[in-house]
Amino acid sequence: MASLQLVPIFCGQQAGLVAPLGARLAALLGLEVVVHEATFDAEVAFDVDRGQYNTRVLLARLLQHADPKAPRLLGLTAVDLFIPVLTFVFGEAELGGRAAIVSTFRLENELYGLPPDPALCFERLVKESVHELGHLFGLVHCQRSSCVMASSNYVEGIDLKAASYCDRCLGQVRRQLGGR
Amino acid sequence: MSQSTVSILVVDDEFSVRDSLTSWFKKDGYEVLAVESAAAALRALEARKYAVGVFDIKMPGIDGIELQERVHHLDPQMPVIMLTAFASVETAVRALKQGAFDYVTKPIDPDELSHLVRRALEQQRLRDENRQLRSTIDELTGADEAIVGDSPAMQRLQQLIRSVAKTEATVLIRGESGTGKELVARAIHAQSARRYFPLIPVNCGSLPEDLLESELFGHEKGAFTGARQRRKGRLEMADGGTLFLDEVGTIPRKMQVDLLRVLETHEFTRVGASRPSRSDFRVVCATNDDLRRAVAEGRFREDFLYRIDVFPIEVPPLRDRREDIPLLVRHFVDQFAMRMQKPVTEIAPEVMVMLQALDWPGNVRELSNTIERAMVVCRPPVLRGEDLALLRHAGGVAPAEPPRDSLAAVERRHVAAMLERTGWNITRAAELLEVDRVTVYNKIKKYGLAQK
Ligand SMILES: Nc1ncnc2c1ncn2[C@@H]1O[C@H](COP(=O)(O)OP(=O)(O)O)[C@@H](O)[C@H]1O
Ligand SMILES: [Zn+2]
Ligand SMILES: [Zn+2]
Repeated sequence: MASLQLVPIFCGQQAGLVAPLGARLAALLGLEVVVHEATFDAEVAFDVDRGQYNTRVLLARLLQHADPKAPRLLGLTAVDLFIPVLTFVFGEAELGGRAAIVSTFRLENELYGLPPDPALCFERLVKESVHELGHLFGLVHCQRSSCVMASSNYVEGIDLKAASYCDRCLGQVRRQLGGR
Repeated sequence: MSQSTVSILVVDDEFSVRDSLTSWFKKDGYEVLAVESAAAALRALEARKYAVGVFDIKMPGIDGIELQERVHHLDPQMPVIMLTAFASVETAVRALKQGAFDYVTKPIDPDELSHLVRRALEQQRLRDENRQLRSTIDELTGADEAIVGDSPAMQRLQQLIRSVAKTEATVLIRGESGTGKELVARAIHAQSARRYFPLIPVNCGSLPEDLLESELFGHEKGAFTGARQRRKGRLEMADGGTLFLDEVGTIPRKMQVDLLRVLETHEFTRVGASRPSRSDFRVVCATNDDLRRAVAEGRFREDFLYRIDVFPIEVPPLRDRREDIPLLVRHFVDQFAMRMQKPVTEIAPEVMVMLQALDWPGNVRELSNTIERAMVVCRPPVLRGEDLALLRHAGGVAPAEPPRDSLAAVERRHVAAMLERTGWNITRAAELLEVDRVTVYNKIKKYGLAQK
C-alpha cells in the first residue's frame, strides 16, 4: 500500500489534530499514514521582517531530512506560512513532487473574529491536505468548483468545495497510486 | 501533467521570486518560463510568444519598464503585469501609461494575483485570432457540467440557457427541489463572458439571519474585537463572476431591503468600513417557492421580486419529462461505477421500466440517490431490477395524510402550532423548531400547511 509520512512542525495547540488528520487521510485516500517527528530545526524558515515562515525553505528541509524510502511527506503546522512574493499561503506542494505542507493558522475562525469552530477548522485542514497531496499526485487546479482541487485563495473559498476529488481528478490520483 | 499551452513569462532578478511564481503558476496549469534579466526575456520572446508577461520593475541593466516598452513593440497584444515594490508605485503608473496591463505591489495577495492573471487572459482571448490559444484558455479557465436530457423540454431549456448566458440579465430559475436548478445556474455562468471568474453560491435559507449580513458583505480587519483579518463577503468573492442566490424565497424581508439596494448599485459596505466597496457581479437566483404567492402572503417584498424576476426560467419536474430518465440513469450508473470502482456496464431493461413508472417527488436528486443505493448492492456487471427492491417506497404517489400518531402526524401538528404561535413568522418558527428556514418551508410544502 502506498504510504504517507505526516510530519508535525510547530503544531503548538493543534498537536491534537495530527492523529485525526492522519486517520481521515488514510480513509479518504487509502494510504497508509505514519506520523514522523521532524528532525530539523524549522526556525531556519522564519522570516523576521514578515513574521511568517517560508514554505519554500520548509519544503526543502522536509525533503533533506526525510526517510529516503518515504514516498510522500506532508508537513503539518500551526504557524503562518508564506512564499516570497505572496502575502500568505494555506499550504504548499511541489507539483508532482514528494513533499507538501499545510498550516492551520489561517483556517481558524478566531483569526477572522468569528466564534471558534474546531470542527470547521478540521474540515478545512482536511481539504487543504487532500488538495496539496493532489498536487503531489500531479494534479493542477480544477475548474469544477466543488472539487477539492479548485484553488482557494481565501478561507471562505475552502468552505465552498468538498473534501473529495471530482471524477476527473480522482481518475488521475488512482493512476498515480497504482490503480488501487 | 497539463495539456495546456497557456504560457507565462516571468522576469525577475531575484531567485526566490522566480522560484515561487513558477511553482504557483504551474499549479494553475500554466506553462512557465522564468528568467533573471530583460536580455534573457527578449531572447526568449524571439523564439516564441507568451500569453502573459509578469515583469519586475527594478532590475539591474534594462529595467522592467524599458523591457515592457520593448515588448510592447514586439508583441503589442501581450498583456504585461508589472511587479513593484511599495516605493515604486509612481513608476508603475508610468508603465500603465505606456501600455502595461496592470501593476501589483509585492508581496501580492494571492487572490489579487489570480484575478489579475485571469483578467489578462480574458483580454488576450478577446484579442487573439489564434483559435488554439483561445480554446486552451477556455479549457483552463472554465468547466461546464453536462446537463443530461434530450426531451423537448430540456432542449428548450438548453436553448434558453444559451441565449440568456450571453446577456447580463438577472435570471430567476424556478422549479421543484432537485430538478437541477443549481446545474442550470452553473451552465449559465459557464457559457457567459464571466466564466473566468467564480460563481459564488449563497444558500439564503441555511444562513442564520444575524450572520447573513457579515456573510454577504464581509468585514474589515479590526471591525470588532478579535477580527485580526479581513473577511471577504460573498459579494466581494463574486467580483467579475456570478452571484447565485439559492432559495431566494427564504431571504428575510429586512435583508431584502438591503440586498435590493446592492443589486441596483453594486455597492455595499463591509462591516466596520467607512467607505462602500464595489463589486461587479451578475445575479442568478433560484427558488422552489411560488414567489407571487409569497408576495400576496406578505412573506416577500414586491419590489425585490420585481428586481430579480427579469428573465424567468422554468425547470420542469422529472415526472413531466420521463423520457429523460433512461439517459439520466445511464449517466448516474457510469458516474457511480467510476466512483465506487465497480464495473457495472449493463442495465437490465426492467430497471428502466421500473424507474420510468415512478413519480420522483424529489426529482433528479432522488433518482441519483436511488441509483447510488442500487449500485451499492448490485453485483457487476449488470444492474438488475432486484437491486432496486430495497427502494419500493422511493417516489410513488404523493404523501397521503399520515396516520394520527405517526411521527409525521406529530411533526405536522407541531410545525403548524409553531407557525400559528409566531403568526407565520418563518424566521421565528425556525428558531423555535431549531431548524433552518428552508426546512420550515419544506415542511409547509410537505404537509400542505396554510395560514388561516
Ligand atoms: N439534467 C441533469 N443532468 C445531470 N445531473 C442532474 C440533472 N439535473 C439534476 N442533476 C443532479 O441532481 C442533483 C440535484 O440538482 P440541483 O441542481 O442541486 O437541484 P436543485 O438546485 O433544483 O435542488 C445534483 O447532483 C445535480 O448534479
Ligand atoms: Zn493548489
Ligand atoms: Zn477536479
